[in-house]
Amino acid sequence: MHSIFKRTTAALAVSVAVAAPAAAELTGELRIFLDTSNPAPRATMEAMIGRFAEKHPGLEIETTVIDREAYKTQIRNFLTADTPDVATWYAANRMRPYVEAGLFEDVSDLWAEPEIAENLASTKGALTIDGKQWGVPYTYYQWGVYYRKDIFDELGLSEPKTWDEEISNCQKIIDSGRACYTIGTKFLWTAGGWFDYLNMRTNGFDFHMDLAAGKVSWEDERVKQTFANWKQLIDMGAFIDNHQTYSWQEALPFMVKGEAAAYLMGNFAVAPLREAGLTDDQLDFYQFVTINPDVELAEDAPTDTFHIPANASNKEAAREFLRFVVSPEEQTIINNGQNLGQLPINAKASVDDDKFLQEGFKMLSTNSPGGVAQFWDRDAPAEMAKVSMEGFQEFMVKPDNLDKILAKLERARQRIYDN
Amino acid sequence: MTAVDVTEHESWFHRNQQRIAPWLFLAPGVLFFMVYVIIPVFQSFNLSLYEWDGLGAAEYVGMRNYEDLYWEWVDRDAFYVSLKNNLIWLVMYLLAIPAGLFIALFLNQTVWGIRLYKSLFFFPFVISQVVVGLVFTWFYDPTFGLLNEFLSWFGLGPVNVLGDERFVTYGIIFAGLWPQTAYCMILYLTGLNAVDPEQIEAGRLDGAKGGRMLWHIILPQLRPATFIAFVVTIIGALRSFDLISIMTQGGPFGSSRVLAYYMFEVALSEYGFRMGYGAAIAVVLFLIMLCFIAYFLWSMYREEKGH
Repeated sequence: MHSIFKRTTAALAVSVAVAAPAAAELTGELRIFLDTSNPAPRATMEAMIGRFAEKHPGLEIETTVIDREAYKTQIRNFLTADTPDVATWYAANRMRPYVEAGLFEDVSDLWAEPEIAENLASTKGALTIDGKQWGVPYTYYQWGVYYRKDIFDELGLSEPKTWDEEISNCQKIIDSGRACYTIGTKFLWTAGGWFDYLNMRTNGFDFHMDLAAGKVSWEDERVKQTFANWKQLIDMGAFIDNHQTYSWQEALPFMVKGEAAAYLMGNFAVAPLREAGLTDDQLDFYQFVTINPDVELAEDAPTDTFHIPANASNKEAAREFLRFVVSPEEQTIINNGQNLGQLPINAKASVDDDKFLQEGFKMLSTNSPGGVAQFWDRDAPAEMAKVSMEGFQEFMVKPDNLDKILAKLERARQRIYDN
Repeated sequence: MTAVDVTEHESWFHRNQQRIAPWLFLAPGVLFFMVYVIIPVFQSFNLSLYEWDGLGAAEYVGMRNYEDLYWEWVDRDAFYVSLKNNLIWLVMYLLAIPAGLFIALFLNQTVWGIRLYKSLFFFPFVISQVVVGLVFTWFYDPTFGLLNEFLSWFGLGPVNVLGDERFVTYGIIFAGLWPQTAYCMILYLTGLNAVDPEQIEAGRLDGAKGGRMLWHIILPQLRPATFIAFVVTIIGALRSFDLISIMTQGGPFGSSRVLAYYMFEVALSEYGFRMGYGAAIAVVLFLIMLCFIAYFLWSMYREEKGH
């Protein structure tokens, strides 16, 4: 497998070199701010920028990598003063504050170019606010249920497709003395993933987006139905105990040790699970089950993005960099197994051979007709996301408080969306 | 040359040296205190009347932020929980004073190696609050934690201290008491050095022992130490931010928040950036602190006058 990768990378590198830049030579300084502070993504990005620099020797490129968490608060400062030319961020509502404050450059012109318009169509919606595009994506990843295949085999279970199968599977897992799902809700967002799926499966993608946009009451019967389904799992004891004390990483050992059979997570959970010793024979993936057969399946697939700040000084070079990042060649390289290990956003790029990436790619491209959501804390406004995810956590610990929680969320909705 | 001539030639500065000198020495301190404390206090007051996300233009909303806080109070929402927890912190944290006194009395003896014991007791104050928080988080861990191992010997537990909204605040306060007790202990140890042996002798002649000796002879002489211990403990309780941030991030579902943490969350955290609202919380916190500050200043003033 490794040698194949090397060969493809080598071949691609050659093809990149051959396809010399047609545009006029770029000069000046290009400052790039990245939040890819983990070792592997960081190396990936730096290598990619290196390749860009080779194509544009006249450019003086300066790269700054900022810690991923710190970046989320620092972006407010550097978008207004001492602004870089290119910066990473997230799609959908997460970029709205900066779009509305006029801090991101409108890059609709890039999206009008056939190269991008044709190959990036699937993610256009996530980058669109007010009919304009404000950045380009560079990677995304699927969410779904990662499960212990060996435990399923031992109990004679198969991947569930419907809610009934899900419940009966789960009952058998609980009867064997395990929890169905591990989860760590200390940092709240993991519960947001569960809410995303349960609500999209119960009420559909459009309803889910309306709820995120504050158009539906939290005390609506349909929302209550979502929570009723959730409660079914909670009352069974499907989730591990004390999940409110753990981070998502701290919840991994339960699955590794076989105390829990599955994990609803993003694809980034695969790497630590493999490092912890689970082989691909033990680990597998299935799409979240159908609950309401009348709604189309929709998935969570958070997209990470590049933007040009409105105050950037070298926008021409920045645009060229964005074109470079989304090109099929670069997309194939940076998203392969040795680099980000995620899904490329360019339709012409090839997906890594990794079984989870292949399965995720198939799922998102063929079996998500309802739409693709970004994730609860990126689709809903920050304040609403915070309050609601706290409510989800409380609900998971104390499901009987539901009415109180929903009343609180409804009050928050009326306050947050009124202006 | 006469003496009169000399005074005439003296500059204005020389003549007023006595009066100017204190102000000159105070100037750097006053300047920094103004820039970093006094002016920001008024800026916070001002900001609390606006709605501002830190990016766009600030919008004047009058008392709206305080109104929202009031409704959060009425609805038993986050603000109510934070304020309640602040009170629990204030009361429970004061336990550090008697505990510190007790340890100080216990260590105030001359046996071989007492310095080592003293430093061991002082140790928690030296290590960072972050470490204290992490150590206690592991100690409380519901599956692998030492606490539950210990409880299981007696057939009790398991208790998820940091995951249960009834215990979480007390759990964090307990972690905070560990270094704070050490601090109070040091204050009392130095205080005990200054206790007048003749008074103890006199008390002993009058037949005072044990509790009576402590209450009537020792404690009155430790008053300055008690006062300082009280001040630092109250301030420590109101600042209780770092432990909460490390141990629970205000959770589970916001039940361990205090005002300082809530302010941070609202104004500066990942999902926050309601600057005006955060400022309003800060103002409330400031008013609470002001009560204590006024009390401290007043009692210090009385003390000074007494001498």
